[in-house]
Amino acid sequence: MNEVVLYSVLSIGGLGTVAAIILYIVAQRFKVIEDPRIDEVEEILPAANCGGCGLAGCRNFAERVVNAGTLEGFNCPPGGQDTMNEVAKVLGLEVEEQEPIVAVVRCSGSTQLAPPKTRFEGLNTCEFAHSLYSGQSGCPYGCLGEGDCVVSCAFNAMYMDENTRLPVIIEENCVACEACVKACPRNIIEMRKKGKKSRRIFVSCVNQEKGGIARKNCKVACIGCGKCVKECNFDAITLENNLAYIDFNKCTLCRKCPPVCPTGAIHEVNFPPRKNKQKEKDKSEA
Amino acid sequence: MKTFKIGGVHPPEKKLSENQPIEALPLPEAVSIPLAQHLGVPAVPAVKKGDKVKTGQLIAKGEAFISANIHSSATGTVTKIDDVVDASGYRKKSIIIKVEDDQWEDGIDTSDNIITECHLTPEEVVDKVNQMGVVGMGGAAFPSHVKLQVPKGKKAEYLLINGVECEPYLTADHRLMLEKSRELMIGITIQMKALGVDKAIIGVENNKPDALKKLRELAKEFKGITVEPLKVKYPQGAEKQLIKALVNREVPSGKLPIEVGCVVHNVGTSFAVYEAVQKNKPLIERVVTVTGSNVKKSSNLLVRIGTPVLNLIEAAGGLLPNTGKVVSGGPMMGKAIDDLNVPIAKGTSGILIFPDDEAQRVPRQNCIRCAKCVNTCPMALEPYLLALLSDKQRYEEAEEIKIMDCMECGSCHFVCPSGRPLLDQIRVAKANVGQMIRERQ
Repeated sequence: MNEVVLYSVLSIGGLGTVAAIILYIVAQRFKVIEDPRIDEVEEILPAANCGGCGLAGCRNFAERVVNAGTLEGFNCPPGGQDTMNEVAKVLGLEVEEQEPIVAVVRCSGSTQLAPPKTRFEGLNTCEFAHSLYSGQSGCPYGCLGEGDCVVSCAFNAMYMDENTRLPVIIEENCVACEACVKACPRNIIEMRKKGKKSRRIFVSCVNQEKGGIARKNCKVACIGCGKCVKECNFDAITLENNLAYIDFNKCTLCRKCPPVCPTGAIHEVNFPPRKNKQKEKDKSEA
Repeated sequence: MKTFKIGGVHPPEKKLSENQPIEALPLPEAVSIPLAQHLGVPAVPAVKKGDKVKTGQLIAKGEAFISANIHSSATGTVTKIDDVVDASGYRKKSIIIKVEDDQWEDGIDTSDNIITECHLTPEEVVDKVNQMGVVGMGGAAFPSHVKLQVPKGKKAEYLLINGVECEPYLTADHRLMLEKSRELMIGITIQMKALGVDKAIIGVENNKPDALKKLRELAKEFKGITVEPLKVKYPQGAEKQLIKALVNREVPSGKLPIEVGCVVHNVGTSFAVYEAVQKNKPLIERVVTVTGSNVKKSSNLLVRIGTPVLNLIEAAGGLLPNTGKVVSGGPMMGKAIDDLNVPIAKGTSGILIFPDDEAQRVPRQNCIRCAKCVNTCPMALEPYLLALLSDKQRYEEAEEIKIMDCMECGSCHFVCPSGRPLLDQIRVAKANVGQMIRERQ
């Protein structure tokens, strides 16, 4: 009886020892030396794994940034400037000052201004609706109002306005991760520079149809008349496919283009109210 | 009685217009003829603004291999080539012709005389079909000349003719089989010649006994053509299901019917082939069923391509105020249209009009895991799982379980007791998987 116990203990114990030695040698031989800074950088990152940097999550970003040895081309949109500064501190690098950007919805075809002609039933996603028809108002470029962008937002920076059936962006929460840009099947949402004091001027329309057709479906569509292009002194506005586009790198926020737009498709946000509104009105009437 | 084995449903047949003879619809004031009314590459316009065109004149050329010629369906002036909303709901390039007269192009036989003899070689037949812009009339509008050429290394054994018309409500094919049966038979003979086959089977569901009887009697006069009655079941008119039902062969996943030695054509297509080859008449008109529970006078109309849907509705008694939905195509696979000026295309088989209360979808509820959709799927897929994977955007897995085999017949959505939009979700995933496959290539 005792012999059985003894042999069992010896054989199992011996086997364990041999295995342990092999494991130790293999572990020494194939040791992966990882830069400890990767973990440090990962700690700093917001761990949202939103993909806003264009990489597959925060860990991936940390690995890339440590291996690259430079911060050029790397940006963590949800973390913002503070996070990038901290990352730079860990790595002993200089960080370039990034201008903050924000998501902008380029459609104003609300249920009032672009009245629905049909009713949509079926799977309530923009992706599906887009594959079926041009939209309730008939505009084949405008917002479908099913809210794929709102679903994609991980930062509570969007909601659907029940009255207008258009998405609204809460600027303070938007981290410019571009999830909504990718979710929108019609490329309505654009990332634009936040601008000084969050002031921005942009064309709130993406319709490329001829003016008459676009106007028939929506009162606030860009009709491609080109008035704003003539008005701009900085070559910031281009007209392509019946649609004006304002380059935010060239725009000086002079506020000359919004009043000349006949449909009001050019939006200015966060500006103080115009002082001599009445005067301008008189001028245009005369 | 023969039918396909896996899945399928039997929706209420509602063939309201089956006893209405085909009537010719008068020409509209203007026709707008889309350049993309077939599968494949859109045709290229061969006319310009201001040109005078005659009925049957070539106005757009299909230049790619999978494309089709388009002919003017009326005599008049081309007013513009512009974007017009078509059945897809989007604006597509179309040729708009102001109708002035109905003068046919020289060389087209518009008489009712039946020409039985065909002396053309198979190549000449294929060429003629190509010239005359014949496409599949069942709905998908695949260019017919492509299907009449057997690829190298393959051999066709059977020509299967689809006279099933398994979609409820539609009766266009039924009436065609009754009224143009001899022309249809000659068309089939010509197609057999082009393919080099000696056996053709016409599949007709047994809810059309009059058509079955007539075709069976006629088939005695034509060598190699048999008529097979089929049990009523949707989607029997689908290519793969029809092959299974008629010759009991299974087309492998992702392959074409020629793989099992079959070529399938619709009865409408066979008739169009007859007209193209024997009468030199291009495909510029088709039979369209206008029906539905909100139509005063359900009818089968012979309509010129490019006629606005509104004209057909007016011919059938006008649009009633409580109308909720107008569908282009059949009730199962058709598509609701959002503009009544949408033109009739080569593939439009029906216009269905439903009142508001019938047009509503069933309220959506949770999946109760009854697996009705699995039992019903004629392609032996798992619709509930495909829909779930679509929702979670797990497209790779969806591809693995053969989402691309789905033919979008809608049987799963039809049987779902919880009214879940299964097909909608599958379509989204199919589009994404298709995109993935294209990117890989």
